[in-house]
Amino acid sequence: MQLIACPHCGPREEVEFHYGGQAHVDYPAAPQELTDEQWARYVFFRDNPKGPFAERWNHSAGCRRWFNAVRDTASYRFLAVYQPGEARPVIPETRT
Amino acid sequence: MSRIDGYGRIDRTRTLSFTFDGTVYTGHPGDTLASALLAHDVHAVGTSIKLGRPRGIGASWNEDPTGLVQVEEPFPEPMLQASVVELTDGLVARGVNGRGRLATVPDTARYDHRHAHCDTLVVGAGPAGLLAARSLARRGDRVVLVDDRPEAGGSLAPTDRINGRAAHRFVADVVAELAEYPDVLHLQRTTAFGHWDDGFVLALERRTDHLGADAPPNRSRQRVHRIRAGRVIVAAGAHERPVTFANNDRPGIMLAASARDYLHRYGVLAGREVVVFTTDDAAYETAADLAGAGARVTLLDARPEAPAERAQHCRESGVDVRTGALVVDTSAGDGGRVSAAHVLTDGAPTTLPCDLLLVSGGWTPAAHLFSHVRGGLVYDSGLGAFRPGAELAGTDVIGAANGTLDLAGCLFEGSGGDAPSSPPEPPRTPTRVLWRTGGDPEQQFVDIQRDATVADVERAVGAGLRSVEHIKRYTTIGTAHDQGKTSGMIAAGIVAELLGRPVADLGTTTFRPPYVPVAFAALAGRERGDLFDPVRTTPVHPWHVAAGAVFEDVGQWKRARYYPQPGEDMDAAVLRECAAARRDVAIMDGSTLGKIDVQGPDAGEFLDRVYTNLMSTLKVGRVRYGVMCGNDGMVADDGTVARITENRFLITTTTGNAAPVLENLEDWLQTEWPDLRVHLASVTEHWSVFPVVGPRSRALIGEVFADVDVSNEAFGFMTWQDTTLDGIPVRLARISFSGELAWEVNVDSRYGLAMWERLVGVGALWGITPYGTETMHVLRAEKGYPIIGQDTDGTVSPHDLGMSWAVSKKKDDFVGKRSYSRAENANPLRKQLVGLLPTDSSTRLPEGSQIVAFAEDGTLPPPPVPMLGHVTSSYHSAELARPFALALVKGGRERIGEIVHVPYQGSLVPAEITGHVLVDPEGARRDG
Repeated sequence: MQLIACPHCGPREEVEFHYGGQAHVDYPAAPQELTDEQWARYVFFRDNPKGPFAERWNHSAGCRRWFNAVRDTASYRFLAVYQPGEARPVIPETRT
Repeated sequence: MSRIDGYGRIDRTRTLSFTFDGTVYTGHPGDTLASALLAHDVHAVGTSIKLGRPRGIGASWNEDPTGLVQVEEPFPEPMLQASVVELTDGLVARGVNGRGRLATVPDTARYDHRHAHCDTLVVGAGPAGLLAARSLARRGDRVVLVDDRPEAGGSLAPTDRINGRAAHRFVADVVAELAEYPDVLHLQRTTAFGHWDDGFVLALERRTDHLGADAPPNRSRQRVHRIRAGRVIVAAGAHERPVTFANNDRPGIMLAASARDYLHRYGVLAGREVVVFTTDDAAYETAADLAGAGARVTLLDARPEAPAERAQHCRESGVDVRTGALVVDTSAGDGGRVSAAHVLTDGAPTTLPCDLLLVSGGWTPAAHLFSHVRGGLVYDSGLGAFRPGAELAGTDVIGAANGTLDLAGCLFEGSGGDAPSSPPEPPRTPTRVLWRTGGDPEQQFVDIQRDATVADVERAVGAGLRSVEHIKRYTTIGTAHDQGKTSGMIAAGIVAELLGRPVADLGTTTFRPPYVPVAFAALAGRERGDLFDPVRTTPVHPWHVAAGAVFEDVGQWKRARYYPQPGEDMDAAVLRECAAARRDVAIMDGSTLGKIDVQGPDAGEFLDRVYTNLMSTLKVGRVRYGVMCGNDGMVADDGTVARITENRFLITTTTGNAAPVLENLEDWLQTEWPDLRVHLASVTEHWSVFPVVGPRSRALIGEVFADVDVSNEAFGFMTWQDTTLDGIPVRLARISFSGELAWEVNVDSRYGLAMWERLVGVGALWGITPYGTETMHVLRAEKGYPIIGQDTDGTVSPHDLGMSWAVSKKKDDFVGKRSYSRAENANPLRKQLVGLLPTDSSTRLPEGSQIVAFAEDGTLPPPPVPMLGHVTSSYHSAELARPFALALVKGGRERIGEIVHVPYQGSLVPAEITGHVLVDPEGARRDG
């Protein structure tokens, strides 16, 4: 059971957190103007890479704040945490 | 008796009595069951699981694959190793023949968990681990030191010397010094059994078994320490491994160092006619010590040259040292105990009679805790074993676990440079790496506990398996409860030989937790029974209990399901409660409803975005039903929205969804709409909520709250008003989940029980009836109100539920809106919520029943039978005097009036599809 570094609370046990799926999937500005295909892409389609992946996490049993993290889906290691709305940080290749 | 005077650390001044296989024996404090049995020359303890071959004690600690016993008293436990069961007075055990037997009585012992946080965890209190812990403690670190033996000191023997003194004196000094540091936690009888990410280690402490009848009754029997360490130092030692030969599984065949351990720790000489078969130097010490204790010892070294200095020492002790000799087979005497070793010396066969055959094939580092966290192991051809390879952040391995087998080396690695002194050791002669000698492969046991032989490995390789992981699973080698501590390396070596590949390339199987067997009871700790999951109760709970309520679990909540009167079953109680709600007045405890306080200047705008209907237009003092959907447009939750002030709303959620809804709302607020000035707070437990339901509710509410005008004109449906009772603020709301005239009485939870008792007390004038969740379900189903999660399953839209009226057409957007214009949402064959009335007026269809087309001949056609839908809710209705159901049916609203079939108990039950509102469809009752 690894530790996850909540940006507000510091390192906490992973059972305190809820996963929220891929980060940087913004709600469309004008959903009604989208085709069914475009809307379905927003609602249902997510990336599934092996390696670093930007994700949403919620410190649900702690401060209840949502934050973003880059996590390596092969090793499960968290490479960075950052605030919603911030750009995805650049992760040096050597760390992955 | 094989107890030797002058040896061992047992307390000979006290005698313990125990029973094994029906015979009473004696032993001493400090014995294990194994040492006490060996002291009485009992070697054979049971028979093997597949072949029924006699098996005995094969080692002196938890690497033993064979000495399995069933403990009967003080509490039944199956398949323990005799070598780790500490002897207590009155212990009753028997050998395991095949399988053990689980207890048939409840275990009344207590098990618990404890958290520990430290800078460094040191696993193993041998010389390396002790010195590491001491140097870290001296510099002020928070240190946890765990060791699985009863005493610290690891494999140090009485003959070992450190700093010019007996090694055990040195160990005692270090242990005493560690006890001085307030930030050092030193635990013996504690096995670190698993290592996970970020320095997380679980360790099992055995706290009472060794105390026998003296154990304090309140002390937990075992404790799992959940240790979070900044750094983990593995100093877990090494396991001696055997060499495989034919009939190597007999009682009386033992690891060499274990026999030395039995002598020095317990004063037991495990045999008188001893043959030691070795490929390594360490067994020479065993041979010399056993000879010194009175045994006649022959040492067979597989190597062509004996280590000169050690051999000389052995010969001086009376040991017959021979080189170039291989044990290839054994014979057995009475009870299956080994009686002779068959030896090839430079090709010439001889037979050596013996009652104890000791084997040493070198040492395998106990690197399990390094491997658990994916530390890479590399093959060391000098050791003939895998040892920790590349560095692993946060984990260090020292001493024998790192492949360092000499005392000076262990002291050096443990101390980090400033090592205590130890006498020079003779130069080591390289180990001869030897996995097996000769003999019949069907008789050469690799994993003795699994009865898996060289022939089994040959069959696996012959079947085309090439990976040790696959061969492990094919042969079961390494899967017994010793987890291959002694057999794993040999199996890898034999596979490599058979495949003609270097063992270094082949690798070894991955070590996985647990390192030793751990009882589920210990893992569960106190989180069982009532403490398995938090139990939430409302302030009225004691009243429900006193009233004889039957409870049901809704999430973590205990909710009163119904209140049976004498002689009533659930059906009778629910019919009575339903009738009271529809004809008189009834009250329920709705306090478990999720409640969220929504505040801020943009609260109305926020609610417009998350509910399908319009909330910002709601006037202060009014209440509106609301539906929440996901982006996919499917119903996620429902509840009511009350506007308290211009910038404040109180919303309710279903009981089970309170936390997910809040998390979802926070998600939108924090990540998509951080510009909205809105704050959310859960107030679920702040408010007690009591629906007071039925035609006579107006009279009761008017009586209790005399200053409130309860007329329809002054207090309309879906409005709320604040008042006080005895100075306590109360909020009343005209909300109905039953279709009847109803009030919701909301009060600060601290006054919940008092308010309930007041309402029930005054309500007695009108014969008030308390009702539970089952009646609530029936009442709402009669009105066609869905329960989210029962009548919906994440694929149901508001339109499917007949709630198009709750989906705003005025709002530009809200969560889910775009999905309603998808073609699929307009599919006329979508499943829709309808009523279903069995035409026999008597069958209560089970919830979950499938619905199929009406079959003229009354029999189910051959499969595949097209499914039209399924029953989501089904009850007996007091009001309708018949059973009824709600169902999701394809194109259901177009089918109203049709007859369908529901397979039930082997026949087809005809049922008529109806509208989903079966009672009071015109809504005449809500105003009384």
